[in-house]
Amino acid sequence: MEINFWDKEIETIDKAALKVLQLKRLKETVSCALKTQFYKPRLKKAGINSADDIKHWEDYKKIPLTTKDDLRECYPNGLLAVDMKDVVRLHTSSGTTGTPTVIYHTKNDINHWAELVARSIVATGATNEDVFQNMMSYGMFTGGLGLHYGAEKVGLTVIPMGGGNTKRQIQLMKDFGSTILHITPSYILHIHSKLGESGVELKDLRLRKAYLGAEPYSENTRKKVEQLFKIDVYNSYGLSEMNGPGVGFECAHKCGMHVWEDTYLLEVIDPKTGESLGEDKEGEIVLTNLTRRATPLLRYRTRDIAAIHKGLCGCKRTHRRISRILGRTDDMLIINGVNVYPSQIEEVIMRIPQVGTNYQIYLEKEGTLDKLVVKVEIYSKMFSGNLAEIDALKSRIVEELRASIIIHPAVELHEPGSLPVFEGKAKRVVDNRVKL
Amino acid sequence: MAKELNIFVENRPGRLRSVAGVLSEKKINVRTMTLQDRGEYGLMRMIVDKPEAAHLALADKGFACALKEILAIALKDKPGSFLKLADVFMKHSVNILDAYGFVLQSSKEAVFCVEVKDTLAVKKVLIKEGFKVLEEELYEF
Repeated sequence: MEINFWDKEIETIDKAALKVLQLKRLKETVSCALKTQFYKPRLKKAGINSADDIKHWEDYKKIPLTTKDDLRECYPNGLLAVDMKDVVRLHTSSGTTGTPTVIYHTKNDINHWAELVARSIVATGATNEDVFQNMMSYGMFTGGLGLHYGAEKVGLTVIPMGGGNTKRQIQLMKDFGSTILHITPSYILHIHSKLGESGVELKDLRLRKAYLGAEPYSENTRKKVEQLFKIDVYNSYGLSEMNGPGVGFECAHKCGMHVWEDTYLLEVIDPKTGESLGEDKEGEIVLTNLTRRATPLLRYRTRDIAAIHKGLCGCKRTHRRISRILGRTDDMLIINGVNVYPSQIEEVIMRIPQVGTNYQIYLEKEGTLDKLVVKVEIYSKMFSGNLAEIDALKSRIVEELRASIIIHPAVELHEPGSLPVFEGKAKRVVDNRVKL
Repeated sequence: MAKELNIFVENRPGRLRSVAGVLSEKKINVRTMTLQDRGEYGLMRMIVDKPEAAHLALADKGFACALKEILAIALKDKPGSFLKLADVFMKHSVNILDAYGFVLQSSKEAVFCVEVKDTLAVKKVLIKEGFKVLEEELYEF
């Protein structure tokens, strides 16, 4: 197996040198964090008044954990550490109760992020001879732009198609001989099911690799996709709080995702006690971004459950590998690659007076894609007796949900009192999806 | 003005039965009914002999229901009488939102129930044109 490197020196850095680099960058990040409204009082409370209070590598443990709720409270500029004139881009994510989160990037931040993506894709064997069809959404979602910049840096031919429009995707794959796809697992399976309809056969394509991410999937799904398309599939990990894709990526050995530890201080903790866990133990991933200057995030609880693999990878990269994401510590749903919290749906339902307060969220598979069904009850006191108004109500709920959670739901209207009533904790989410 | 009872029902087995059960319990007589269907749900529209009582009874059981004022126009149950009415509607540019008809006494009397935007104005027009617009008598025929 030929092993390619983008930045061999850093990718194969020895453990001791890595720790020295991490400490240096942690100090820089802490002094940057001390410039933010959020971290200044918080770090001082923890006895960290300046970067000099971080003396040893272990001192990161003095820093308190940061949560998603902290991030929400910081919206819009509680975590901004630089002058706005130095910010070249921001990505926001929609919030669960209407409060979004935001990550700012300086020019260097974006460049460094692209470096990480460049390392990641070169590790899979990508070269400037590849044609890269990016089927992840562009815009606020970091999946599209994240890979885009890295792929351009390596010199791949990028087709910035974004998500959806299957027919055109297949046409482009054929016309330009795309060799690498960046796509969600459910969407690539969908594409396969539509090849026949489009009159395209596998032999008309030049596909060699696919980067699958944004949704959890199993080893079996990887094998299935590899067999269906006769390609290699690589797992990708990222989250917008840590830039986006490029946090962890599988190399040609496909045995877990290397987390770029010069940039991300990687920990796995017990989500209940906060206690640090050893290798091969499943727990919540906690990350510190060591290089981003516009929005420092220290010891951020990702709520993703995974384990750090023991031992060195055959590719000689020293950066440790994590397992697939095995679950979440919160109730976040991933629907066709989009993160959705049930509370976002509830928030929309609660502001529409014509429906009751009881609701249910159903998730099903329609082919290989996820289907979201939101069931609500008509509120009897607001019922006028007009079917046209009921139809308009249904469209309104669909529209408002789509605006809030980005994906298009099916809405079902039910009679008052017909949905199950729960005593105690309501079980509002029914996930009937077969795991990929 | 005549009252029509509108009930939101899900389209699944047993829903009509539960409406019928409530009405029967309250000894309410259904004179006619029509269904507007949207696949997963629909609207039952009824003329009953005691509209207020029916409305209360159903609302009490949790149904989403409403009373709506409509025009119940008496027509002779014979050829040409519907044409006369249609002529009046055309002449006065009356647009119909929804309508259905039923026979009260075969070959004698029929009723055409119409939902329009301006119920009162259309009623006046109809009376002026010699039509009989039924009120309470609709429930007692």
